[in-house]
Amino acid sequence: MAEAHPVGFQWVMEAKARGAKVIHVDPRFTRTSALADTFVPLRVGTDIAFLGGIINYVLSNELDFREYVVAYTNAATIVSDQYVDTDDLDGLFSGFDPETRTYDAESWQYATQEKDGGDRQDHETQRETASGMQHETHGMSVDDDVLRDETLQHPNCVYQVLKRHFSRYTPEVVAQTCGVSEEQFLEVCEAWTQNSTRDRTTALVYSVGWTQHSVGVQYIRTGAILQLLLGNMGRPGGGIMALRGHASIQGSTDIPTLFNLLPGYLPMPNAADHQSLEQWIDATRNPGAKGFWSKADAYSISMLKAWWGEHATADNDYCFDYLPRITGDHGTYRTVLDMIDGKVKGYFLLGQNPAVGSAHGKAQRLGMANLDWLVVRDLFEIESATFWKDSPEVATGEIVPEECRTEVFLLPAASHVEKEGTFTQTHRMLQWREKAVEPPGDCRSELWFFFHLGRMIRERLAGSTDERDRPLLELTWDYPLLGETQDPDAEAVLKEINGYDVATGRPLSTFTEMETDGSTAGGCWIYTGVMKDGVNQAARRKPGRDQDWVAAEWGWTWPANRRTLYNRASADPEGRPWSERKAYVWWDEEQQRWAGHDVPDFEVTKPPSYRPDPGVDGIDGIAGDDPFIMQGDGKGGLYVPQGLLDGPLPTHYEPVESPFRNPIYGQQANPTRKEYPRQDNRMNPSPPEHGSEVFPYVFTTSRLTEHHTAGGMSRYVARLAELQPEMFIEVSPELAGERGLENGGWCHVVTARAAIEARVLVTERMTPLRVEGRTVHQVWLPYHWGTGGLVTGDSANDLLGISLDPNVLIQESKVGTCDVLPGRRPTGRAVLDLVTTYQERAGILGDRTVPIVTTGPGAAGDDEGDPTGGGGGAS
Amino acid sequence: MSWTISENSFWGPLDPAADAGYDEDRPKRKGFFTDTSICIGCKACEVACKEWNDVPADHFDMTATSYDNSHSLNANQWRHVAFIEQPKRLGDQDPGLRGTAGSVDLGMPAMGPQGSESPEDKPDFRWLMSSDVCKHCTHAACLDVCPTGSLFRTEFGTVVVQDDICNGCGYCVPACPYGVIERRKSPDGAKNVGIAQKCTLCYDRLDAGKVPACAQACPTQSIQYGDVEELRERANKRVETLHEAGVMDARLYGNDPHDGVGGAGAFFLLLDEPEVYGFPPDPVVTTKDLPAMFNRATAAAATLLAGAALAFLGRRG
Repeated sequence: MAEAHPVGFQWVMEAKARGAKVIHVDPRFTRTSALADTFVPLRVGTDIAFLGGIINYVLSNELDFREYVVAYTNAATIVSDQYVDTDDLDGLFSGFDPETRTYDAESWQYATQEKDGGDRQDHETQRETASGMQHETHGMSVDDDVLRDETLQHPNCVYQVLKRHFSRYTPEVVAQTCGVSEEQFLEVCEAWTQNSTRDRTTALVYSVGWTQHSVGVQYIRTGAILQLLLGNMGRPGGGIMALRGHASIQGSTDIPTLFNLLPGYLPMPNAADHQSLEQWIDATRNPGAKGFWSKADAYSISMLKAWWGEHATADNDYCFDYLPRITGDHGTYRTVLDMIDGKVKGYFLLGQNPAVGSAHGKAQRLGMANLDWLVVRDLFEIESATFWKDSPEVATGEIVPEECRTEVFLLPAASHVEKEGTFTQTHRMLQWREKAVEPPGDCRSELWFFFHLGRMIRERLAGSTDERDRPLLELTWDYPLLGETQDPDAEAVLKEINGYDVATGRPLSTFTEMETDGSTAGGCWIYTGVMKDGVNQAARRKPGRDQDWVAAEWGWTWPANRRTLYNRASADPEGRPWSERKAYVWWDEEQQRWAGHDVPDFEVTKPPSYRPDPGVDGIDGIAGDDPFIMQGDGKGGLYVPQGLLDGPLPTHYEPVESPFRNPIYGQQANPTRKEYPRQDNRMNPSPPEHGSEVFPYVFTTSRLTEHHTAGGMSRYVARLAELQPEMFIEVSPELAGERGLENGGWCHVVTARAAIEARVLVTERMTPLRVEGRTVHQVWLPYHWGTGGLVTGDSANDLLGISLDPNVLIQESKVGTCDVLPGRRPTGRAVLDLVTTYQERAGILGDRTVPIVTTGPGAAGDDEGDPTGGGGGAS
Repeated sequence: MSWTISENSFWGPLDPAADAGYDEDRPKRKGFFTDTSICIGCKACEVACKEWNDVPADHFDMTATSYDNSHSLNANQWRHVAFIEQPKRLGDQDPGLRGTAGSVDLGMPAMGPQGSESPEDKPDFRWLMSSDVCKHCTHAACLDVCPTGSLFRTEFGTVVVQDDICNGCGYCVPACPYGVIERRKSPDGAKNVGIAQKCTLCYDRLDAGKVPACAQACPTQSIQYGDVEELRERANKRVETLHEAGVMDARLYGNDPHDGVGGAGAFFLLLDEPEVYGFPPDPVVTTKDLPAMFNRATAAAATLLAGAALAFLGRRG
């Protein structure tokens, strides 16, 4: 956190000054560790085993917040007796189909719900279209007749299922898997549980490298289970906070730059399944289901009204047919491979530098070199605009500048101080940014670019009678233009996002005002209220000293300026604060409404005693003591029967590339992961496959404080570039000895994709770990460098292959295996020969692909049962 | 000639601004207290300083000494963050590292329970970070030796170079007991090449009632700006707190008005001997002996004059 979020780290230091104990768990000793009380090094990619061990500690010592767990989570709910756990299936859950490597989730459902609680789409489609998580964001569909055992004794209640599932994760197994000492592990267990009571809460803060794993979603799930068990959700000082990688990355999922989502987490329509407006809306609201998504029709129709205005009418389904459709996997990695295959003509890159910043840099560059046109808008002439003349592939002859067909349009962008608008940070808080200075020369904002691009295209199409041009021609595209540069008025855009009454133009103050008859418009329902009363609430700057500690008048937080989600959980089932110290939101008996420091995340007049009649759906179906109002049963999901493609519970799988056999199960890595088996995307073998010993070391990558991601904002700025002027690699003294590496000298790192070179930094901050009775050496690389800028170097992301989490299609880019050799890498074609030699030694040349299913009938490999046995590797 | 040199002008405690002749309504003496125990090594101070003061960036080589790539304080580096990786413990910190150096690992499966080695087996380790800066000495030798009056004492008690008066003679460079001030040699075309350069404690910002750029940018309040007197008290308390927390290495550097420079305007809380951070252990203002030298030189001159006079007198006689 001190490395990547130094400004936020001031609060950790303040907490430490007040007596807080800071524990840092990380593969390497960083600037955060330097200031922590305890540093816990662990093997990269073993976080589920580590957190699973803490869950086991909580459950086997009954340290959970029992009253909270029984009332507010699905701990008491009975799971189908058809469900079979990974414990009994060697790392697979019941319902696995080895052909498609997907699950039939019927047996995962709650008892009595096996048939009707299942998913509408099969898991294969969901993996292709990254739509599985729609259940997560849109809530599980749960019927009234689920069975519960509030004593938590029923062998198939979630609590007992959880207990059995995590019982494998003993301190010994954690030590053996993660390389963490039992003593340190127990210290973490004690600190976490002792600080999670009626009187105290613990926050789990992670950075988004945590998500970049083939089991990334399940990493976060493990954290969520732990926080729910300890009663840390919906309470002040608790929660799970994702520290984002840039300003407004939260904003770019709320109003998304993702192929599978529309604003406000509405799904992008699928051509096969959503052929009508109703089908599309029903996919979100699940007719008959309970919870706040039952109003999805109002949110969806208001969005269509915001986009197509007067053209959107009830008669034409509010222009639903104007929305693009998805037909399968259109994710960034699929797209890049399609570029290589010549299936993509043009590409826009705005503030993104995939030539350096995305996994498998070579695939990124070869893809971009095979387009008709490429538009790059950035502050500097980054590698993604110059790959055709100076990329590593030019040196190897794989790209010939004279023959590269891609026409690159490089357009200068305005920086964040040269344009106005909002940033949405990790707390879901929108903060308005003023324009401090005019952008220089031709530099322009994204808003300017897209508005005028749209304007010019519409002018070109004017008068067209072609049906397919109507979505563009009928689009609402009429923002006021300001100043010499004719920038669209950003506040007018925010007003459209907020939503308004169509007849009067009055801004809506809350999304509950949204209607299904086209009388309201609103671009993103969760942002409704940011322009409440016509006032830009995001621009509020009342200092903390002038208001209470919740500081509700600084900026604006979605939804409804609510600072803590699910805050009904901060009170007990009767509506009383769990403790004086942690009082936040409570039921005011006198006023007969919810009151407190924050905006209650509950219907304000629904008393704790409210119980819905059987069969009541929608918001009225949520009881007065069910705080998780977006879920069908109003309960926090310890166990998730719907919405996850790789299992209802997190389970330890090895990273796709690992020098170790999975010590817990025969199934080596995530069996449902998304793979692109191609000759240009070879993965290093892992046990039980032979060849893994060719890549004996584990590497991980991350950021340095001194640079910003792919370097586009730091390597081109002298006063930043000089702070970390060269690409380097951190190795332990032990590995340096083993490989003959000299501090300050050069080495090169080889994987099945690339060989890159770096200066060597030998440091005791990297430590070998004992895992499964062997020593494993881990190396660390920053990923900021490329061929451009004031300081140049090889790109760490070139080492990575493309292998994705099945739920959200995020790449596994924080762990891989490699070899490390002293000296500089070969140059020209010789570097390709070196990589080929390694592929040959590892036996992955030609058609051989590494098997994914490593247990059960038809499994490949030696399928050895000895959990401590390894497939060779690190010495 | 009737001017005299005060007893303390070159040595011992005093208020440097008063000594320089500023009257009673001058501001209180300003300075930095840099608490290295909470420095996270982010280098925001280095960058903020260069941005505000337009100090060039011209060194693009990796030093391979931890994360220190700015080497030292010099004409183009008015703040410098040192990184020290040490085989020592930081108070009660558990560094967690478990190097196998010294033991030969045969790659055999371990016999005992995994990862249960005793804490004594773990190597001691800590990573110290510290942001260095001009000390703005009570007795500033650079200022004492400056022949042009370019270096002067401000009303805030700080020491500042006036770029347009400095003639680049360089006398100040060897005079500084800390090796802070230096003539700018590069890059070509940069402003003030050939001129002595160092931290001004953002004199222009202070004039406008603002905090120096480095302190403003510091995210953890490792760099604290304020009245020197108040900062000294704060620093003493902080040392006590750290001692109570078991960090017995904590000590102050440059805070003592009785030290060799009469106390620094910018002083530090360190977690090890000053030498570890590249500080001189016992700096003494290089002009300390100037009064004595002056008196001796005067006596010598007087003796010579007297001798000469006597010679003349003798001839008459």
